[in-house]
Amino acid sequence: MKEPVRISSRAEAQSEPDALLTQAAKGDQDAFAELYDRVAGPVLGLVRSVLRDPSQSEEVTQEVLVEVWRLATHFNPDKGSAMTWIMTLAHRRAVDRARSAQAASDREERAARLDRTPDYDHVVEQVEARLEREQVRRCLRTLTEIQRQSVTLAYYKGLTYREVAELLAQPLGTVKTRLRDGLIRLRDCLGVGA
Amino acid sequence: MTRTTTELHTLTGAYAVHALQPDEEAAFERHLGDCAACSVEVAELRATAARVGLALAEQPSPRMRAEVLHRIGEVRQEPPPRQQPPSDAPGTDTPRGLRRRAARTWPTFALAACLAVAAGFGGVAVWQYQRAEQAQESGQSAQNRAARLAEVLSAPDARTVPAKDLPGGGSGTVVVSRDQDRAAFVASRLPRAPEGKTYQLWYADHGTMRSAGLMDASSDDAWLLEGPLGRASGMGITVEPSGGSTKPTSEPVVLVNFPAQQA
Repeated sequence: MKEPVRISSRAEAQSEPDALLTQAAKGDQDAFAELYDRVAGPVLGLVRSVLRDPSQSEEVTQEVLVEVWRLATHFNPDKGSAMTWIMTLAHRRAVDRARSAQAASDREERAARLDRTPDYDHVVEQVEARLEREQVRRCLRTLTEIQRQSVTLAYYKGLTYREVAELLAQPLGTVKTRLRDGLIRLRDCLGVGA
Repeated sequence: MTRTTTELHTLTGAYAVHALQPDEEAAFERHLGDCAACSVEVAELRATAARVGLALAEQPSPRMRAEVLHRIGEVRQEPPPRQQPPSDAPGTDTPRGLRRRAARTWPTFALAACLAVAAGFGGVAVWQYQRAEQAQESGQSAQNRAARLAEVLSAPDARTVPAKDLPGGGSGTVVVSRDQDRAAFVASRLPRAPEGKTYQLWYADHGTMRSAGLMDASSDDAWLLEGPLGRASGMGITVEPSGGSTKPTSEPVVLVNFPAQQA
């Protein structure tokens, strides 16, 4: 169970976006186009998981990708991968949008959003994505129920840990801790470095 | 603010996935400035979350591609951030985090703040207690060792040196206190030594390696180097047969120079 899951070509697959983003930082639009092809799918999937609404998701995804171009010079490969940098930015923007919409929208719509689990039907049936998904699913199964729900509600749905606690009827401290140890367990299962 | 720093440290997970409220987030970012270990953990958990996110990939429309590639032709790229010294180069912070200069340095008290004194005077005691619990079977000596370790980590003159590229991709930090005449090694995700082998600590002492004990208990993440620092100029770790050796018998997996002594 503790053995990290790896795909043999992973190292190459991950170094590529790093090089492309570094190149894009120098104003290379061709490199950015190639980077786009690698990351647009994951960014869209993550943003849509949080926002649900297709047109809003597309809008935010576009904003994120343009921001990746604009801020490319801030990326430092020594501190983490381009994919992590981009996905973190995407999640941030999706969550910001969800929360500002949330402040305006009624609770009913919120409840509808919470009700759905990630929609795998829309997921690309591409080998790499499928392998990734199987690994993630496998690793998610190694978590306890509360760990798994805390991680997926916070990350896939963009909820604050307070909202997660409310939803799961768990004390705040429990959710806070489960969120952390759930992610740590996933880190070890997926064999992730910083 | 009544929240203690120990509580803040447990927020790395929630922070990594943007699950904090704005006020909590701001408080945690201030804490990150003093806690290098927290920064490392946040980076790892973000990388983990990104992997979890890849599983959701969808097929974007060709129209979106055309639109984005068109738009970047009209967007000016930000100039590179001002050059930082190489040892504390800017990280993969999100743009929101870019203002967080302090988080990227290794302040003298980073580890002390994180591991020992962060929660105020209670922190050291709690942490020592946990370590003593872990090493229960070794009895009193383990407690003494834990106490000494806490003293080194929280020493006002403690200096830290990152130890990169540990086996298995782990990372570590060496903490040196000249006043305490001691050094400690803190590791993150150091893999278990191979079967029948053990990690051994050494002081680099004017060209010779002086044994500083074995890194035995695999549940530990911090070790006090045995013996006084003396005039040692650095430290190293080798993989040795169980029980250790009197001299290193393999290439060091870690070799770190201590910071120059201050005049």
